[in-house]
Amino acid sequence: MQAKITGNEIKRLQGIARDIRVLIIKMLTEAGSGHPGGSLSIVEILTALYFYQMNHNPQDPNRDPFVLSKGHAVPALYAAFVKAGYLNEEEIYTLRKINSRIQGHPDHVRFPMLETSAGSLGLGLSIAQGMALAAHIDHKNYKVYCLIGDGESQEGQIWEAAMSAPKFKLENLVCILDYNKGQIDGPVEDIMDIEPIAQKWKSFNWNVLEIDGHNLHDIILALNQADHSHGKPTCIIAHTVKGKGVPFMEGVIDWHGKAPSQEEAQRALSEILSHE
Amino acid sequence: MSKATRASFGEAILALADRYPELVILDADLSKSTQTQSFSKKYPHRWFECGIAESNMLGIGAGLALCGKIPFVCSFACFLVGRFETIRVSIGYNQANVRMVGTHCGIGLGEDGYTQMSTEDIACMRSLPHVAVIQPADDRETKQCIEYLMKHKGPAYIRLTRQKVPVVHQDDYKFQFGKADILREGKDVVIIATGGVVGESLKAAHILEKEGIWAQIVNIHTIKPIDKDFLIREAKRVGKFVTVEDHNIHGGLGGAVAEELSCHSPSPLLRIGVEDLYAESGTAEDLYKKYGLDAESIASKTLTFLRSR
Ligand SMILES: Cc1ncc(C[n+]2csc(CCOP(=O)(O)OP(=O)(O)O)c2C)c(N)n1
Repeated sequence: MQAKITGNEIKRLQGIARDIRVLIIKMLTEAGSGHPGGSLSIVEILTALYFYQMNHNPQDPNRDPFVLSKGHAVPALYAAFVKAGYLNEEEIYTLRKINSRIQGHPDHVRFPMLETSAGSLGLGLSIAQGMALAAHIDHKNYKVYCLIGDGESQEGQIWEAAMSAPKFKLENLVCILDYNKGQIDGPVEDIMDIEPIAQKWKSFNWNVLEIDGHNLHDIILALNQADHSHGKPTCIIAHTVKGKGVPFMEGVIDWHGKAPSQEEAQRALSEILSHE
Repeated sequence: MSKATRASFGEAILALADRYPELVILDADLSKSTQTQSFSKKYPHRWFECGIAESNMLGIGAGLALCGKIPFVCSFACFLVGRFETIRVSIGYNQANVRMVGTHCGIGLGEDGYTQMSTEDIACMRSLPHVAVIQPADDRETKQCIEYLMKHKGPAYIRLTRQKVPVVHQDDYKFQFGKADILREGKDVVIIATGGVVGESLKAAHILEKEGIWAQIVNIHTIKPIDKDFLIREAKRVGKFVTVEDHNIHGGLGGAVAEELSCHSPSPLLRIGVEDLYAESGTAEDLYKKYGLDAESIASKTLTFLRSR
């Protein structure tokens, strides 16, 4: 399958990805707490989904729902909403503050642009599956995209969902694994290794693709392939770097769940912006 | 005719299926018990067997509801509430229109023993904001309550019995969500019951009558939101309450009534139920006798309570 994507298109997407990173750093710094590592690792994935692949028009009942199962990475999604015009930039600075609909973890009721609430890990893939099943019942052809973490993959309910999606022949379900190799207490392989992860998903009867999760071309190609998965759900294992785009955060476990100081934010922003 | 409320549920969904195309059913390898088999045969494309994976089933239910379906997610009450995290976040916090159908509730489950009983489910479900908690008392009420739930907005938990329960309502009965249902008038004590023990409470009223006590018998099908106005009114008029439920005395109907009364109209209250213990195997009848939920126990406990006042 050849993705029809030009160099200019990739450039456009890279620009959006860079803007999203800038917004993530700014909003987390203003909030004074939050999760930069796992937000920065999903930027290209969100960029490809929201600015290339998905129909996310909230008014369209046939839109493609996106389920952010690793809810702590929601700053990246808020930033994508800003770029897509669903949120004003000023509002993201209310993140984690009283009376804001921009909650620390996704709140579907306060902010329905978020297709589901999340924040307790392990729950999203089941919800995404229910959404995909609803499409089957109604003969609609929307697709459901669900993003899970590698640490999150230690949760049992992920594997209940992994077992049931192929049974329901949910070819319209795409699970993307943000394989950034880190969690809170340390590297995933030390805490509770999930390897051999591709084999696990294959043996659960999923269509499995393995890509560089920061390469927009790769991501788009994989999303295209998922459109032709012949009766099986697709799991895209996206190899990523926690804290991607901010060199002093990259691969540093400590940047999982703390906000940068003002000085750190300045450094982070200049590093993001210097990176063409 | 006496009938298990789970059987009434099975008939209700079958009767409503054509009128409500959004209605779908999910099961976790207990469809013979939850009585959804007739539905599954007639509407195979609207029935989903999720296997023994209740968390996933509840989550799938949430996703279906978020996409406009009205899913009834069915299992033994204990196996649903055991997956509280999924219920709390995926269904509660999302305010997803999921109907959680917990069958085989309470010690009335019988011979299988404690692990299959649920005596803490009402307490858990009641702690979730904007999740309705409903327990019908007989066949007619169950069917009306299921029909009502086709229009209700927000999540709901429905608690059903394994064992047969007697008819407690007249032919012209109308289920009203959130409203206390007075089955028998009385002036000396208000006995508030829910679910499978409503019939026993009515029998207890006859025993009490022989002792010269006129008990008002009230069926509370909607445990949350509870009919606060009714409680305040009866606190002024009668002023003495007994609650009866097949559930721990903590956190269930007794807890809900105690909370409302103590805040709005403090009144003496006796809570009859499972007294904070892990129950055991036996027939439902033997268990109700041993744990004080049969008519005789309800009557004698009520008498002792009234005499001590
Ligand atoms: C059920 C549950 N347990 C614990 C947490 C706390 N927690 C938040 S993020 C996180 C680590 C997640 O690791 P991973 O899925 O790899 O996410 P990423 O590294 O991409 O941020 C944990 C344990 C949680 N949110 N939910």
